[in-house]
Amino acid sequence: MSTPPILEVTDLKKHFPLRGGLLGGTTGYVYAVDGVSFSIAKGETLALVGESGCGKSTVGKAVLRLFDITDGQVVLDGKRIDDLSSSALRPMRRRVQVVFQDPFSSLNPRMRVRDILAEPIRNFGLAKDAKDLEERVAKLMDTVRLPRDAVNRWPHEFSGGQRQRIGIARALAADPDLIVCDEAVSALDVSVKAQIVNLLQDLQRELGLALLFISHDLAIVEHMTHRVAVMYLGKIVEVAPKRSLFAAPKHPYTEALLSAVPVPMPGMARERIILKGDVPSPIRPPSGCRFHTRCPYAFDRCRSEEPKLTHVATALDEGHVAACHLHDRPAAENPLAVAKGAALVAA
Amino acid sequence: MPPLLEVENLQTHFRTPDGVNRAVDGVSFHVNAGETLAVVGESGCGKSVTAMSILRLIPEPPGKIAGSIRFQGRDLLTLSDREMRDIRGNEISMIFQEPMTSLNPVLTVGRQIGETLRLHQGLSAKQAEAKAVEMLTLVGIPEPARRVREYPHQLSGGMRQRVMIAIALACNPKLLIADEPTTALDVTIQAQILELMRDLKRTVGAAIVLITHDLGVVAEVAERVIVMYAGKKVEEAAVSPLFRNPKHPYTQGLLGSMPKLGSSLHGDEGRLAEIPGLVPSLKQKIPGCVFASRCPHTTDLCRQVAPALEEKEPGHVAACHYAVKEGAIAA
Ligand SMILES: Nc1ncnc2c1ncn2[C@@H]1O[C@H](COP(=O)(O)OP(=O)(O)OP(=O)(O)O)[C@@H](O)[C@H]1O
Ligand SMILES: Nc1ncnc2c1ncn2[C@@H]1O[C@H](COP(=O)(O)OP(=O)(O)OP(=O)(O)O)[C@@H](O)[C@H]1O
Ligand code: SF4
Ligand SMILES: [Mg+2]
Ligand SMILES: [Mg+2]
Repeated sequence: MSTPPILEVTDLKKHFPLRGGLLGGTTGYVYAVDGVSFSIAKGETLALVGESGCGKSTVGKAVLRLFDITDGQVVLDGKRIDDLSSSALRPMRRRVQVVFQDPFSSLNPRMRVRDILAEPIRNFGLAKDAKDLEERVAKLMDTVRLPRDAVNRWPHEFSGGQRQRIGIARALAADPDLIVCDEAVSALDVSVKAQIVNLLQDLQRELGLALLFISHDLAIVEHMTHRVAVMYLGKIVEVAPKRSLFAAPKHPYTEALLSAVPVPMPGMARERIILKGDVPSPIRPPSGCRFHTRCPYAFDRCRSEEPKLTHVATALDEGHVAACHLHDRPAAENPLAVAKGAALVAA
Repeated sequence: MPPLLEVENLQTHFRTPDGVNRAVDGVSFHVNAGETLAVVGESGCGKSVTAMSILRLIPEPPGKIAGSIRFQGRDLLTLSDREMRDIRGNEISMIFQEPMTSLNPVLTVGRQIGETLRLHQGLSAKQAEAKAVEMLTLVGIPEPARRVREYPHQLSGGMRQRVMIAIALACNPKLLIADEPTTALDVTIQAQILELMRDLKRTVGAAIVLITHDLGVVAEVAERVIVMYAGKKVEEAAVSPLFRNPKHPYTQGLLGSMPKLGSSLHGDEGRLAEIPGLVPSLKQKIPGCVFASRCPHTTDLCRQVAPALEEKEPGHVAACHYAVKEGAIAA
């Protein structure tokens, strides 16, 4: 990966003020995203996984510039976008698009498919004339494998999977470099999900798209992404190429996460790491390592000192980083030194 | 003992400008007390409509429900609206598929959880809020005392879904209908919610109808499974035989298109298997098998005659003319 990344996020922070108190002033903050850095290469898929409420969608929204960030930098194709005024941002907006989870509520029910797809093309001035517009719309329908004549129909006339294709077509209409997929396939049934995943992979190959793929579905993540970033309570705790991550997770949270995936084999007993302790709040994150209140391996140092994301040597791949003090210990005292992933996920 | 819930020949049809949509077309099943029944099937096959029919939440018109739905011996379809309100949210409760649209955006989550309790159990506002905090704790939401005063838009997707679950569980229902209850949740919270549902079974002997696309969840929590396709039940079996030896080609296709954890380690990273084609329109009467247009084993017989549900093995029924085994027609 010597070409510059399409997206580079550095020390991103987003704190939501909490209002309340007698005068309705700010009484504290939700530290939704609290210092997150990652990059995505052209044509690459980076998965973002982690506990509900850990800040994944907030990262996605920051990349889409749906709000002003608290601190940090978002650089798109070499150009910083987090501090651009909305007029300066306009041409950049086109280059990052989004596909949301809910195909039902994310399409305007009062617009025909043609108009849903034409809107971004018009907004970004991509069509030369009316004929070109019509052609672009028709091509988009081909791209997402929907019949061309379906452009005259309304969103409610489509099934969930078909609506998700329309959502993807709308994202593609702007001719983006990067698509944020926020739980884009979660609401779909298995066979439709397979179609959409295959479609996304084809599009990525054909168009060289980069994807930020936010998902709870780890089997899909393993199937279709290149690298995986794991978040916990507003921070990234591990990033690795997927094979390395699934074979040998190097953060205790990732290990617990992988062990909790239900396996489609009735009656199969599997060793599961049950996380004990209360889920901490992003309003008052724990000291030291944010995971220490639930980590099965926590020791003294974890409670006081925050671990940094550092490189961890693994058998499979380069570029595996994790934020855990265990890796400073001798191998005999590090439960994550051996590759347990294969045992965790083996069915 | 008669089953807790017995659905017989349920037909829920919708009148639309271009014909009648047979969303649910003659579905029968039962649920025993304390049992978990999973309902799986292609998007649009009528799972949610079946669930909404049980609670009589189908708008009539354009909808029309026929058949019988007996709950604890009473046919729900013959009850008055008032009697039905007493049952809803109290004896039978439902976790709806879309937490974004089913929560009221202008009410705090505490109010929304408390509402049911005040309605059915006559709690005071104060007691209801205390109970709401307790319920939020139970579903694993941090800082529950603060969160009860928040509005839905201040919560993450998974938190909103857990608020829905808290509302459904607040009254200790005898029957819980959970429509995709864990799709927006990460797997550790999911495991916690599934455990909560198991507790509900243990402590109050509740039965659960679990509608889900997640076959892993089905394998872990269900005792029995029904598979639906295009408004019909096409297969039913105990959970093990269904996964080990699916009899209907649709079920076989479904299990085959599922990505499995560990794929990158085994090097099987090609394309996911798809079931080619599209679900038929429910607005036309299909003379033969509903799956014929997509089935890899279709014959003339399939296109002409609708297969009846037939017991292929004890307790294992499927609606297919053939005994299809591992991708080949055996008989
Ligand atoms: N507009 C907002 N105002 C206040 N707090 C917010 C707002 N949006 C998000 N939050 C808070 O920020 C945190 C992170 O939320 P986010 O939606 O990014 O989580 P997530 O990782 O996407 O979770 P999920 O998997 O459940 O979708 C949560 O604690 C949430 O309550
Ligand atoms: N109010 C309504 N009016 C007309 N048709 C409806 C209505 N509600 C549902 N339908 C139709 O009934 C059929 C079954 O829908 P249902 O929501 O039960 O599917 P599902 O199996 O739950 O799918 P999914 O897995 O996507 O949630 C669909 O064709 C749908 O369009
Ligand atoms: S740093 Fe300590 S508490 Fe944090 S994950 Fe590692 S072992 Fe657990
Ligand atoms: Mg989210
Ligand atoms: Mg549904």
